[in-house]
Amino acid sequence: MALNIVVCVKNTPSTLAVPVDAATGLPKTAGLVFAMNPFDEYAVEEAVRIKEKNPGTTVTALALGPESDHAVLRDAISRGCDAGVLLSGPELQGGDAFAISRALAAAIKKLNGQKPVHLLLFGKNTNDDNSGTVGGQVAAWLDWPGALSVKKIESIDESSAVLWRMMEDGVDKVKVQLPAAVGTVKEINEPRVPSLRGKMAAKKASIPTWTAADLALKPEDAGAAGARVKLARSSAPPPRPAGTRIAGATAAQTAEKLVATLVERKLI
Amino acid sequence: MSQQKILVVALMQRGAASPATYELLTAGRSLANALKQPLVAFQVGGTAESARELVERGADRVLWSGGAALQDFNDELHAQAVLAAAAQEKPSWLLLPASVAGRSLACRVAVKLGAGLATDVNEIDPASGTVKRSHYSGNLQATMEFKSEVRVVTVQGMVFPQAPRQAGRSGEVAELAFAPAAAGMEFLSFQAEEAGEIDLGGAERIVSGGRGVGGPDGFKLIRDLAHALGAAVAASRAAVDSGWIPYRHQVGLTGRTVRPKLYVACGISGQIQHLAGMSTAGSIVAINMDPECPMMQQATISVVGDMFELIPLVIAEIKKRRGAPVAA
Ligand SMILES: Cc1cc2nc3c(=O)[nH]c(=O)nc-3n(C[C@H](O)[C@H](O)[C@H](O)COP(=O)(O)OP(=O)(O)OC[C@H]3O[C@@H](n4cnc5c(N)ncnc54)[C@H](O)[C@@H]3O)c2cc1C
Repeated sequence: MALNIVVCVKNTPSTLAVPVDAATGLPKTAGLVFAMNPFDEYAVEEAVRIKEKNPGTTVTALALGPESDHAVLRDAISRGCDAGVLLSGPELQGGDAFAISRALAAAIKKLNGQKPVHLLLFGKNTNDDNSGTVGGQVAAWLDWPGALSVKKIESIDESSAVLWRMMEDGVDKVKVQLPAAVGTVKEINEPRVPSLRGKMAAKKASIPTWTAADLALKPEDAGAAGARVKLARSSAPPPRPAGTRIAGATAAQTAEKLVATLVERKLI
Repeated sequence: MSQQKILVVALMQRGAASPATYELLTAGRSLANALKQPLVAFQVGGTAESARELVERGADRVLWSGGAALQDFNDELHAQAVLAAAAQEKPSWLLLPASVAGRSLACRVAVKLGAGLATDVNEIDPASGTVKRSHYSGNLQATMEFKSEVRVVTVQGMVFPQAPRQAGRSGEVAELAFAPAAAGMEFLSFQAEEAGEIDLGGAERIVSGGRGVGGPDGFKLIRDLAHALGAAVAASRAAVDSGWIPYRHQVGLTGRTVRPKLYVACGISGQIQHLAGMSTAGSIVAINMDPECPMMQQATISVVGDMFELIPLVIAEIKKRRGAPVAA
């Protein structure tokens, strides 16, 4: 059973300690080390595992970003993906999840036209924006069924998949018709490190860049122009007030003081 | 143009409204008052009786749709229902809970309405129409501006207090007929995990264990303390990855975001990825052998010591204060 899988990946800063640019009031990411969003590693791994179990399956990694984001696609290929496509160009930059998901959906439609896509995978969220809405919005643009927070793909064939969706109070088991969009959580697998063979393949791969025009997107629908929300400014949250240290002469006294303090502060 | 409204989506899950619904009503009420727009709740699933409770908790009007199709969460069907309510009510703001279902729904609804979406919002400013949410894993707080007429927002849990019930408060309750169109998803079953445990997302108190817990047995101690405090049980990734406790208890960047009044961190060093999930807790109590670790620096109250020695003494002290007999 040969499937055609698309997995969305994003190149994001590897550090969480991102400074704010005093002049713009926006996060200053220039000069930081970038790598594949750690949550996307689970999506890539899941795609590659499905491929390994189903000969003839192909996995295409899809990213939107500046030209330099070829790197994240090469990383995906080194982890076992077969191909990569980058959506890039000035018109596509500066978008919010609404505009980005619209462009990704257009690219998936294009890929689907070349060879029908069965499954779209993405990570829980990105470690920069943290919103976790791009995948869900791609599903909406495509009118595909989908599920977020999937911790297990129990079974899959060309027409449907059975998914375990992690809810707050337990696990839902659902069946989706394919094509479908699936957001993964960390519990789904343990990502592998890139293999030497994968790295060689990644080096040799030719990765096409598609622009807004290639996706038949109107300028007003792409990038910053097509966005529905805008990051106005960013700031560090107020620091936590200094704490108190509790210590007694003995451990029992320390415990007593701790409980007394919790009661006093109405915390218990 | 017809009058705009504030629309709160009250998701019934397993036949009950979650506390998050009542938090949404508080957020919705303050928007409604500031913008002088009515507050409408759309209850997805449930009954007329559960809908009435939303009136008593502050909604001016409640619409509800029931039926088998909306019994369990189905991304597409629930989105169809919410879109039907939105088409009728023309909301200026549409508020959803920041749960798995709330986020899935918000994604679909925002695209279909051509609306901006901000998730896990922790502050709403009706005057400017902006919202705040954290990004870069809690290291930065973002102010978001909308460029759309409709603002779709998922509200982070535990940020707003639950709207209290005012018995006898009047308001209209109406059923919104919902005829489900085809959907590509079929709900098969639900498996509840660890019955009787308090859900992390809505917990006011949390006791969390890290690598310092030492092994699965160490979590017995964490559970005992949680039990004594009426708290939920959480863990760091190190403890989860070691297989000492299931993933659903993990707090942090790759786990869940919590906002309890009290977070007791036992044997957790407080790496940035863990802090990402809990640094907005009201008060943090850290029990750790290392006085210099980041968690101790963040803590409201810190205690240097061996958790295996301290926790049983703390539990005994709590029992003593409650007048319960202390086990020998
Ligand atoms: C992409 C990415 C995502 C991540 N996501 C998460 C996440 O979601 N959540 C998360 O928690 N981490 C996450 N991490 C991992 C994180 O970086 C840390 O490795 C992890 O939080 C450490 O867990 P810990 O504090 O339990 O263990 P450690 O850092 O090993 O700390 C153990 C602590 O226990 C103390 N201790 C030991 N014995 C005792 C005792 N008897 N009594 C008292 N104290 C004792 C020690 O002094 C130490 O401070 C992530 C990492 C990456 C790279």
